[in-house]
Amino acid sequence: MENGDSKVRIGFYVCHCGTNIAHTVDVASVAKYAAGLPGVVVARDYKYMCSDPGQDLIGEDIREHGLNRIVVAACSPCLHEATFRTATARAGLNPFFCHLVNIREHASWVHTDRAAATEKVQDLVRAACGRVRHHKALERKRVTVRPEVLIVGGGIAGIQAALTIAESGKKVYLVEREPTIGGHMAMFDKTFPTLDCAACILTPKMSQVKAHPNITLWTYSEVMGVEGFVGNFKVKVRRKPRYVNEEVCVGCMECIEACMYKQPKFDDEFNQRLGKRKPVYIPFPQATPKVVLIDPETCLHFKTGKCKQPCIASCSRNAFDFNAEEKIEDVEVGAIIVATGFKPFDPARSPKYGYGHFPNVYTSLEVERLVNASGPTGGEIVMRDGRKPKSVGIVHCVGSRNLQTNRWCSKVCCMYSLKLAHLIKEHAGAEVYNFYIDMRTPGKGYEEFYNQLLEEGVHFVRGKVAEVTDWAMTPEEEGKLVMRVEDTLAGFVRRIPVDMVVLSVGLEPREDSQEVRRMFNISCSSEGFFLERHPKLAPVDTATDGVYLAGACQGPKDIPDSVAQAGAAAAQAMALIDKGYIEMEPNTAFIEEKECSGCKSCIPLCPYTAISFNEATVKAVINEALCKGCGTCVAACPSGSIKQNLFEDVEIFSEIEEVLANA
Amino acid sequence: MPEKPKIAFYWCASCGGCEESVVDLAEDILMVVENVDIVFWPVAMDFKKKDVEAMPDGSITACFLNGAIRTEEQEEMAHMLRRKAKILIAYGACAHLGGIPALANQFSKEHVMEWAYDKCPTVTNPSRTRPQTSYKDNGRTATLPAFRNVVRALDQVVDVDYYIPGCAPTPALLKGAVVALLSGKLPPKGTTLAPDIALCDECPRKASKPTDVGYPEFKRPHLARIDPNLCMLAQGFVCMGPATRGGCGALCINGNMPCTGCFGPTSRVRDQGAKILSSICSSVAPKDEAGIDAVLEGIPDPVGTFYRYGLAHCLLRRKVSLNDSAEVAAK
Ligand SMILES: Cc1cc2nc3c(=O)[nH]c(=O)nc-3n(C[C@H](O)[C@H](O)[C@H](O)COP(=O)(O)OP(=O)(O)OC[C@H]3O[C@@H](n4cnc5c(N)ncnc54)[C@H](O)[C@@H]3O)c2cc1C
Ligand code: SF4
Ligand code: SF4
Ligand code: SF4
Repeated sequence: MENGDSKVRIGFYVCHCGTNIAHTVDVASVAKYAAGLPGVVVARDYKYMCSDPGQDLIGEDIREHGLNRIVVAACSPCLHEATFRTATARAGLNPFFCHLVNIREHASWVHTDRAAATEKVQDLVRAACGRVRHHKALERKRVTVRPEVLIVGGGIAGIQAALTIAESGKKVYLVEREPTIGGHMAMFDKTFPTLDCAACILTPKMSQVKAHPNITLWTYSEVMGVEGFVGNFKVKVRRKPRYVNEEVCVGCMECIEACMYKQPKFDDEFNQRLGKRKPVYIPFPQATPKVVLIDPETCLHFKTGKCKQPCIASCSRNAFDFNAEEKIEDVEVGAIIVATGFKPFDPARSPKYGYGHFPNVYTSLEVERLVNASGPTGGEIVMRDGRKPKSVGIVHCVGSRNLQTNRWCSKVCCMYSLKLAHLIKEHAGAEVYNFYIDMRTPGKGYEEFYNQLLEEGVHFVRGKVAEVTDWAMTPEEEGKLVMRVEDTLAGFVRRIPVDMVVLSVGLEPREDSQEVRRMFNISCSSEGFFLERHPKLAPVDTATDGVYLAGACQGPKDIPDSVAQAGAAAAQAMALIDKGYIEMEPNTAFIEEKECSGCKSCIPLCPYTAISFNEATVKAVINEALCKGCGTCVAACPSGSIKQNLFEDVEIFSEIEEVLANA
Repeated sequence: MPEKPKIAFYWCASCGGCEESVVDLAEDILMVVENVDIVFWPVAMDFKKKDVEAMPDGSITACFLNGAIRTEEQEEMAHMLRRKAKILIAYGACAHLGGIPALANQFSKEHVMEWAYDKCPTVTNPSRTRPQTSYKDNGRTATLPAFRNVVRALDQVVDVDYYIPGCAPTPALLKGAVVALLSGKLPPKGTTLAPDIALCDECPRKASKPTDVGYPEFKRPHLARIDPNLCMLAQGFVCMGPATRGGCGALCINGNMPCTGCFGPTSRVRDQGAKILSSICSSVAPKDEAGIDAVLEGIPDPVGTFYRYGLAHCLLRRKVSLNDSAEVAAK
């Protein structure tokens, strides 16, 4: 296709968008105006350009009038650029000869003065017709997609996604930071609203992950770095040493018996530090993989070098390797699913609840362990002072819906508070008070569960707990924790003495979410949860192609939602892989080798590390597959040696000149 | 014997360095003199304006005009030489880009006059006399050309065929241009007769520039010791090399001074200062406002640094009383 001016034949179309545009812009006069612009051969207005007949109009005109440039004045390119480019391509013209002018979001929706809006649209149309004459035929390049998927985080979301993808026959690398997969769900006793046992539904899935031939499970591991781009990511994973050979250990736990420490002595992280473990341990009986590990921070051998190491002797399989070192694995994958979950709110940040001050104030997660049969108390609710509670107060919304801490609703706390109320009543026979601001139970069977709890005789007090105190005002408050609360249904301030307080802590982004975000080149919303590409229409995609989200890392979520989202993320990854290739938009930047002076100014500026220095030619080169067309380097190249397709200087300057021509 | 090509040299608002560069041709000047006929060169030979006026239009093969255009007379001469010459060459940074004189475009004409004839500490002018365009004495009138509102590059006044960059151009560039003229092998009109690649390409220190230079500070060449082997930017000295056309042989760098940009931008860049600004400023190491401000304090005169030669063509602030009609309107 010739790009010469004299041969330019522009077809111009202005869309009414029903009345969205036509209401504020005189579309007929815009079409008439465009007809008089240099190069314009046909100019039309039409009710819905994006409709089939609207698109056909473009094709017919291309054939009939030999058009070689198309300008459509309609809505945002985000919405219909692809539509009109495809329509252009169908008629045999290179799609990049088609240019879209946004006169809806940029004009009709933001103005009220019809005459002025129409004049503005004419300026924009003139600018578009000015730039489109310089357009070139461009090709979309195809890049093949590798068939492997990396999943980061082995909570329920990561597990679900891994199994779905592995079942479809694709290879999965599942990387989990902790020594076992399972995430938060593995800590729970029962799950709302059906009260089915968490372990019963989770542990089969965990063993499936371990056993699946298509899943490579790396626990006690972390992703160190990601390079590359959709379809072709290069990932480095650091695997911390367990000092026990994972391939050999069968989890018989003889060594734990044999350890020099006869009694467990160190805080057990999995049990929320409510119990103790030895330096050689397994997080919990169903941990997956079922392999012991040694904590070098507490192991005598590592601390003093003076341990007889009975663990080694006790192991009939010779699994110990005290000289093990961290291992780095390099893998290449086509897609990545980030499923790193959440962190519970630290209630020490709201001192009024007395957490850390009064031993009998617990977080909900601690109580999950207390009611758990494999927990530190074997499922009996025994408080830190050894007593069993007769009355328990559960405080909803701790850390959530609060301007001082987290503004958002953590979505699952009302429901798990109901669950814990039920379990505490069941396990301890205690009186239970739930202090809530609003009861939020939307979800299948959730409201019914709430009603069930009402019938079980759990007390519900609507009001924000002002304070938990041990300052007794009456004899019956003596030795108790007193919950001060304004009961907004009864209309007065109450003091309710209880033995135990449970804080229903909200869900927060993990501490390292910023580092993770940067590593995978995704964004966070203002509160720090990972940001989906579109809140409604692309809830598991991210702004980076080939990187998807699943579970609570994207926002507070319960297990059913995490599982559903994991399925969606798996489907997205599989769709990408099954297609086998991706088409790269050609609006990328490129360096003319003979023009580049090799000054290297551009190299550090690319946010996608698409630019590198070729030591042989001593010039910079752009990897087209990595370039997102952000234009940073184009603006910054001091000698103007970087050009960007669709944004070449002539195109931009002619657009500016035309838009200002009547100024 | 065919007639020798006729050549003219002229100067406008310039320092004389460009004229010097012609003499710098050394023995090559003999080659020039032998092959061409110099018909006008007020600096070296005795010619009058009327001599040029008398020449037929288009009779000069090529005119090398140096200096920016500030006065009415310079403007008139530029127009006249344009008519008389087949090929008009903007010679040197001032004709090419506006050069040092165009830095005056930061100030109003009144400001310039006030400074030069009154406020400047080295001026003694108790009667505050200012130059007049005409002055009567004893019945005779002496005139001076009017001082225009702004300084312009040659192509902002008349159509220019070629540019030879540099403050001053190197003898090699002049020789190359003359040889091209004599052989008739001239590039397309509008070409700048120098390589179209930035200075870094030929800079002997290129290899020492790191790929991830982030500027923690900027230093000024007269206030710090310059390592004679390391890339200037890597040392924190503002070097215009990445934004400046090469072809000088890295003269300043070899003299251990950073490039100041006299060859102007490559053909692909409209505004040299804007380009280097966007490049250097994107690589300032601190990312917070206070940190950035502290780094930028190392560049106390950004216009003089980034637009030392290019202010006449700067895209920014072009609306401020740039042309003479605006000046007339202002009066
Ligand atoms: C007290 C409490 C009770 C709850 N009870 C219920 C209930 O009864 N029913 C229900 O439906 N929901 C319940 N929930 C919500 C439930 O916990 C979440 O929906 C679910 O855990 C989300 O799963 P996930 O996989 O997204 O995240 P997580 O469970 O947090 O798992 C994330 C995993 O990723 C790993 N990880 C994190 N960062 C990295 C990294 N950088 N590299 C490698 N691995 C990493 C973590 O170690 C973890 O294993 C409850 C929540 C709380 C706080
Ligand atoms: S080395 Fe000693 S302390 Fe360490 S795990 Fe083995 S027995 Fe225990
Ligand atoms: S346009 Fe943006 S993404 Fe592409 S190479 Fe340049 S800086 Fe990188
Ligand atoms: S900034 Fe421009 S000239 Fe410098 S290395 Fe990059 S492409 Fe080459």
